[in-house]
Amino acid sequence: MDIGVPKESHDGERRVALTPETAKHIQKLGHTLRVEAGAGLAASISDQAYTEAGVEVVSDTKSLYQQSDMILKVRAPGEHPGLGDEVELLKPGSTLASFIWPAQNEDLMSKLAKRDLTVLALDSVPRISRAQKLDALSSMANIAGYRAVVEAANHFGRFFTGQVTAAGKVPPAKVMVIGAGVAGLAAIGAAKGMGAIVRAFDTRPEVKEQVESMGAEFLELDFEEDDDAAGEGGYAKVMSKAFIDAEMALFREQAKDVDIIITTALIPGKPAPELITTDMVESMKPGSVVVDLAAEQGGNCKLTKANEVIKHGDVTLIGYTDLPSRLAAQSSQLYGTNLRHLITDLTPEKDGVINVNMDDEVIRGATVINKGEVTWPPPAPKLSAAPTPTAAPVVSAADLAAAAEEAKPSGLKTLVGAGIGVLVLLAIGRVAPADFMSHLTVFVLACFIGYQVIWSVTPSLHTPLMSVTNAISGIIVVGAVLQISSGSGLVAFLAAIAVLIASINIAGGFLVTQRMLKMFRK
Amino acid sequence: MNQGMVTAAYIIAAILFILSLAGLSKQETARRGNVFGIAGMAIAVLATILSPNVTSYGWLIVMMVIGGGIGAYLAARVQMTQMPELVAILHSFVGLAAVLVGFASYLDPDSHLEGAAGTIHNVEIYLGILIGALTFTGSVVAFGKLNGKIGSKPLMLPHRHLLNIGIGVVCLILMFIFLGAGKGAGAAILVLMTLLAFAFGVHMVMAIGGADMPVVISMLNSYSGWAAAATGFMLSNDLLIVVGALVGSSGAILSYIMCRAMNRKFLSVIMGGFGNAPTSAGADEDEEQGEAVPISADEVAQLCKDAESVVIVPGYGMAVAHAQHPVSELTTQLRKAGVDVKFAIHPVAGRMPGHMNVLLAEANVPYDLVLEMDEINDDLGDVDVVIVIGANDIVNPSALDNPNSPIAGMPVLEVWNAKQVIVSKRGMATGYAGVENPLFFKENTRMLFGDAKDSVNAVLGAL
Repeated sequence: MDIGVPKESHDGERRVALTPETAKHIQKLGHTLRVEAGAGLAASISDQAYTEAGVEVVSDTKSLYQQSDMILKVRAPGEHPGLGDEVELLKPGSTLASFIWPAQNEDLMSKLAKRDLTVLALDSVPRISRAQKLDALSSMANIAGYRAVVEAANHFGRFFTGQVTAAGKVPPAKVMVIGAGVAGLAAIGAAKGMGAIVRAFDTRPEVKEQVESMGAEFLELDFEEDDDAAGEGGYAKVMSKAFIDAEMALFREQAKDVDIIITTALIPGKPAPELITTDMVESMKPGSVVVDLAAEQGGNCKLTKANEVIKHGDVTLIGYTDLPSRLAAQSSQLYGTNLRHLITDLTPEKDGVINVNMDDEVIRGATVINKGEVTWPPPAPKLSAAPTPTAAPVVSAADLAAAAEEAKPSGLKTLVGAGIGVLVLLAIGRVAPADFMSHLTVFVLACFIGYQVIWSVTPSLHTPLMSVTNAISGIIVVGAVLQISSGSGLVAFLAAIAVLIASINIAGGFLVTQRMLKMFRK
Repeated sequence: MNQGMVTAAYIIAAILFILSLAGLSKQETARRGNVFGIAGMAIAVLATILSPNVTSYGWLIVMMVIGGGIGAYLAARVQMTQMPELVAILHSFVGLAAVLVGFASYLDPDSHLEGAAGTIHNVEIYLGILIGALTFTGSVVAFGKLNGKIGSKPLMLPHRHLLNIGIGVVCLILMFIFLGAGKGAGAAILVLMTLLAFAFGVHMVMAIGGADMPVVISMLNSYSGWAAAATGFMLSNDLLIVVGALVGSSGAILSYIMCRAMNRKFLSVIMGGFGNAPTSAGADEDEEQGEAVPISADEVAQLCKDAESVVIVPGYGMAVAHAQHPVSELTTQLRKAGVDVKFAIHPVAGRMPGHMNVLLAEANVPYDLVLEMDEINDDLGDVDVVIVIGANDIVNPSALDNPNSPIAGMPVLEVWNAKQVIVSKRGMATGYAGVENPLFFKENTRMLFGDAKDSVNAVLGAL
C-alpha cells in the first residue's frame, strides 16, 4: 500500500509521524512510503535521512495526498495554509491514521465520513495490556510530563536541588504534582531527578505505590469513600462533593508551602476539573510557578491561558498545550513507533495489504470511521487484563468452569462437609481415650500450621522444600531410637534398620538442601 | 534427662521445624530455614537418645553413623538433574522406616494396651504400616521411572480401577479381622496387608506417566508425612505427629499446585494416564499443520544478538541433555551484549516441583532473572526472541484454542505471542501427552533440531 506522510500544517507543530527508523520496519511489511519534503526538519530529521531509509521525498503536498492510499499524521486534519482544508486533500476511500479526538470534533468526523475514509484515531486505542505498544496518548503524556518540569524550571528563579555553598544555603524546591497518570509520573521522575522535593496527589489510592516508587511523597486525604476512584480503562472519574472539599483543603494548605505546582488532572470527555483556585495561586510564594497540563480542556487552574505564559501577581502560570511538540525529536520517535505498531497490527499477512479487522479489539477501538461509516464510540472495553481474542472463548469457558468448581464448595457442600467433619470428630471423641484426643488436637493444629506456612513458599524453592520436608520426615528415627532398646531381639533388629535408613534420610535431605540453596544467588 | 525435659526439647524442635519451613518462603531466608531444620533435628534426636527409655547405645550409634554417612555421600554426589530421583528414593526410606517401626511397635512385648486404647493403637499401627508400605514401593517405582530403569509410559492393566478398589476393600476387611485377632495371627495379617500395600504402591505409580511425575513426587512427599504422623500416633509421640502433619500438608499443597498447573484433577492423575481423553480430534488436524521451518545455530545467534529481549523457556529436555551450563553461559554472553535475558518457568516443567529453578541455580543463573509463568505470560508479547529448550506441552497453544485437545484448559506459556520463537528439540516427536504441537508450525517459529546441549553450544560458538 502507498503510505504518505505530509508535513504537519498546524502552526507551531514540530512533530512528524514517520522517522527513518520506523520507515524501515513499515517497508518490511510490504508498504511503499512517501514523505513530504521538509516534514521532519523541525524534529531534526533531514530529507536525506528519509531518502537513505528508502523513503521517497515528495515536494508537492497535493500530489503526495493524491498518490497515497493511507496518510499518517500527528494532528487531526485542519486548515492547511495555502491549500485549504486538509480533509479535501485526502483521496476518497483512503485511510487516515492520526490523533482525531472524535468526542470534541464532531464536525471533523462528519466531514471525514463524507469522504468515504477509514480513520484510525490514535487517541481512541483501548487501554488494554496488548495495546500498550500503540498507546500514543501515554507516550505523548510521558513527554508532556517531562517537559512540564523543564518549563517550570525555566521560569522558576532558583535551583531545584538543595545545596550548601560557601555563599550560603539553598533550600530544595518543593514540587506538587496533581494527578499521577503517565504525565504525572513522568513529571515526578523529572523533578525528582533535578533534586526537588516532590509530593503527588491522585484521587485513585492504588497509584500510591507507583508514586512512591518514583521517589515522591503521596499526599493522602483524611477522608474515606466507598467507591473506587478508578473509572473504566484506568482513568480517573468525577468524585463526590465531600471528597472534593477535602481535596481542596489539602491543595490550599500545600499551595502555601510548595514552589511549583504541576497539574495533570483530566477526566475523559469532560472539561478539566478546577483544582487550583485564584486564592490558592495568590497564597503561593512570590516566584512560584504553576504548570497546567490540562490547559487545552479548560485548565485545572482557571487563571491559566491555553498556549500562553502569564503572570498573576508574582506567580507564573504556564498553559502550553504543545509540550510534546516542544520535544519534537523525542515525540516523533515515540509517536512514529506507536504508528508502526498500529500498521504492524493492520498488516497481519506482511503483504502490504491493510486489513481493518473489526473483530480485533484494539483495531476496533482505534477505528472511528470505517469506509465512511462512523464507528465511534466503540463498545466498552473488556478488563485490561483481557487475553488475546482468539484465546478468549476457550479460556473464559475454562475460567467459568473453574469458577463454578470453586464456587460449589463455598455453598451447601462446605456446610455439609463441615457438618460431617464435626460429627466424625464427635464420634471419635465418644469412644477414644483422652490421650488419643490430645494427640489428635496436636495433629489437626499442625496440619493447619503446615497449610498456612507452605502456601507462602515461593515456587522456585519447591525442590528445596521437598528435600527439607524429606529430611524432617526422617524424624521417624525418634520412634526407632525408642524401640531399639527393646528387650525383644526382633524388635531391636527392625528398629536398628529403621534407624539406619531414617538417618540416610536426615543426612541426605539436609545436606542436599544446603547444597542446593548455596547455588541460588541473586 | 527426664521425660519432662525431653518433651520440652520436642517443643523446641517442633518450633524450629515450623520456622524452617517458613524460612523457605523467600530466597533470602531459605538457608537460615535449612539451618533451623538441622538444629531442630539435632535437638530432637539428642533429647531422644538421652531420654530414660533408651538404654542400648552401641547399635544406635553405629547405625546412625553408617546411615548419616550414606546420606552425606548421596547428597554430595548427586547431580542436580537427578534431584527428582534422589527425592523419590528418600521418600521410599521414610516409607520403609514407617513400616519397620510399625512392626516393631506391634511386636513390642512391653506394650499393654487394653480396650478402646488397644483398638485405637492397633488401628494406628495398621494405618501406619499401610501408608508406609505404599509410600515405599510407590517411591521406588517413581525412582525407577525417573532414572529410566522403568519405562515412563503409563502401565495400563485391564480393569486397573477395579483392581485398585479391590485392594482397598481387602485391606479394609483385613483391618477388622486384624483387630479381632490375637498377637500371632495379627502379625500374619499385618504381613499380608503389607504385601498388598506394596503391590498397590507399585501399581499406582506404574499407571502414572512421566509428565505427571511432579504430582506423584509431591503426593509421595505427602504420604511420607502421613506415614510419620501415623507412627507418631502409634508411639504417642507429639513431635512425630507435628512433623508428619507439616510434611503431609506440604506435600498435599504441592500436589494441588501441580495439578492446577496442568488443569487436571488430582484423582484423574492418580487414576493414571491420559487414557480417557478424546484423541480423535487430533487426527484430522494433522493434515493442516503445515511445515516446520528449521533454522541454523548461526542464525539463532544473529537473532539473539539483534534482539532487545530474550526469554528462555526450559523444560525437561534441558535436564535430560544437561544443557543448563551452556544455557547459563549463553545468558551471560547475551547480558554482556546488552540483551535483556529472562527465564520463564512453567510450574510443571521438569519432573518435580521447582526442578528447573534448581538446575538454573546450579548453573549460576541469578534467581531474579527466573520468573514464574504468571509473572511473565502477559509480557511475552513484547519479547523479541523466545528460546524453548526441551519443552513441549507447556508451550502448546492447543491447550487454549482447541477444546478437544487432551491438554485443553491447561495454563501454558504463551510464547507464540513473541516476535520470534526458536524451539530446540531433538526431532518432531510429540511431548508426553502425545499431542501435536501447533506451535512448531506457526509462522514465527523456527526449529533448531538437535540435542539441547549441542545446539546451545553451537549457538554459543556462533556468538
